[in-house]
Amino acid sequence: MKFVAVIRQVPDGESRLKIQGGRVDLSGATLILDQMDEYAVEEALRLKEKHGGEAIVVGFGPERTEEAIRTALAMGCDRGVHVVYEGYADPVTVAEALADVVREEAPTLVLTGGQQADWDSQALGAALAEALGVPVVSWTTALELEGETAKAKHDLDEGAEWVRVRLPAVFTTQQGLNEPRYPTLPGIMKAKKKEIRKVAFTGTPKVEILEESIQEKARLQRILDGKDPVAAAEELVRLLHEEAKVL
Amino acid sequence: MVLVVLDHDGNKLRKGSLEALTRARALAEALGTRVAGVLLAEDKAPVEEARSYVETLYTATLGPYTAERWAAGVLAAAQEAGAQAVVAPSSRQSRTYLGRVAYALKAGLLEDTLESGVEGGAVVATRYAYLNRVTQRVRAPLPVVLTVKPNTTPLAEPLAAQGEVRPLEVPAVPTVEVLERLQEEKKGVSLTEADIVVTGGRGMGSPEAFRLVEELAALLGGAVGATRAVVDAGWRPYSEQVGQTGKTVQPSLYIALGVSGAVQHLAGMNKSKYIVAVNKDPEAPIFKHADYGIVGDVHQVVPALIEAVKKLKD
Ligand SMILES: Cc1cc2nc3c(=O)[nH]c(=O)nc-3n(C[C@H](O)[C@H](O)[C@H](O)COP(=O)(O)OP(=O)(O)OC[C@H]3O[C@@H](n4cnc5c(N)ncnc54)[C@H](O)[C@@H]3O)c2cc1C
Repeated sequence: MKFVAVIRQVPDGESRLKIQGGRVDLSGATLILDQMDEYAVEEALRLKEKHGGEAIVVGFGPERTEEAIRTALAMGCDRGVHVVYEGYADPVTVAEALADVVREEAPTLVLTGGQQADWDSQALGAALAEALGVPVVSWTTALELEGETAKAKHDLDEGAEWVRVRLPAVFTTQQGLNEPRYPTLPGIMKAKKKEIRKVAFTGTPKVEILEESIQEKARLQRILDGKDPVAAAEELVRLLHEEAKVL
Repeated sequence: MVLVVLDHDGNKLRKGSLEALTRARALAEALGTRVAGVLLAEDKAPVEEARSYVETLYTATLGPYTAERWAAGVLAAAQEAGAQAVVAPSSRQSRTYLGRVAYALKAGLLEDTLESGVEGGAVVATRYAYLNRVTQRVRAPLPVVLTVKPNTTPLAEPLAAQGEVRPLEVPAVPTVEVLERLQEEKKGVSLTEADIVVTGGRGMGSPEAFRLVEELAALLGGAVGATRAVVDAGWRPYSEQVGQTGKTVQPSLYIALGVSGAVQHLAGMNKSKYIVAVNKDPEAPIFKHADYGIVGDVHQVVPALIEAVKKLKD
């Protein structure tokens, strides 16, 4: 069996973002394996541990994405494929870039994050499923293999449901699916020797970013001391009523 | 043609559909074309209401929702209508099935847009990125698939005449088999539609202490929210979680009680009009994102807040 986790590298949410020439500049940011994709890597590892076979990490992005692929290898993936592309590419274009690579692997199933922490897209798993001609289960919180099929629980806009799906299929992750493991020191040492196959991508994105800006709404930051809770509460309610006019 | 996907609850169009209609009409006008609608249903759908908004309405009854069936339905309508653009209300489900549609149409996908227009024959839109911290202006040549973020757009008015209804042939597609639906119990104001949200974090200390959060929310006519820490601890249901992996809210007033203000939480609420925080730690990151706040213990401050609100109401 072959379990593929599709990943990207994104800035750590705590990183300060800068704008340079109307675009987000990540030069000072700490870059990490997207935490939603970490669930995908963890699930691929657990499936391999339970059912045998191979766990493969497939990454899309610029050269530096190799660091995130190494993290997945250090967590325990057997080998990596890196589709190299500098700059922004929309989910449809990324799916096109990944489709051949994933198809060649003929995986049992494919996992990827429910939402990207940089482009806030939720579409990669769905677009990739369309490219592969297989079903997609999004926001998955439980996954069990049953022969040629999988049984999965996933979130809907309202509520959740259990589904059965013939494999291969694409699953996007959600919190609750698992708790991702940390790479261990021996894991990190071993990861250095694991294979990462590089594939160049030369397609043209369908969406172009014209401009990016950080619009942290300027907050009033009127913070009251609560040593006298009753006085502070009354003052707060007065401010919300008279100044903000929201009460 | 611009095709608008009309989302509904079986009886009525959802508010988001009327926002999507407004956007679709504006795009159609700028592109010099017209709007057609597609109404997909498990079993029943508000056909009469939907056809009062579009001249042509494509309909299909497809059985239980799956991303594949809905994608096939939208694709069939897009082909029938010769759509250059597909517009839909943004939801987790639409953002999934439209990912398939966008791929099949080789279209630029613009998710969760705040505004949209046409410049030089291409669609230009704004949307949030980087966990809601950055605003992007994006551009895509036709064809495009675009979803509309809730509460960003005025609601469309019905047309003078009822539109023509055209049943669609939707091919059967390989999909998932739905085994069991687990419905959320709905009580009080819905979190995503509430104008006031009161969220409790781990700082509330116990599930019992959420009585205070509930009481304050009820008093203000608002909804209760929760952080992931609280949901993971089993104190509150997942349906109340606000944040990256929970719900996104944008009320007039967001009150965070005993919430630290982690980025993944902020991603779900940092566009609220006013943010209020109560936290005993003056260094808690939430204060940097707050308009008003009290440094204090929630067990003392929240009961005092409840009293102060009651006083105001009298
Ligand atoms: C991939 C991913 C997705 C995530 N998605 C979400 C999400 O959707 N939503 C979400 O909320 N989180 C999410 N998180 C988790 C997030 O990183 C934080 O762990 C979480 O938001 C913390 O919740 P909290 O503020 O309730 O708890 P804590 O961080 O424990 O903070 C508790 C706060 O309460 C204060 N406090 C304690 N006692 C009192 C008292 N008596 N009176 C007043 N104040 C007090 C403390 O000073 C502290 O600031 C996600 C994380 C990951 C990795």
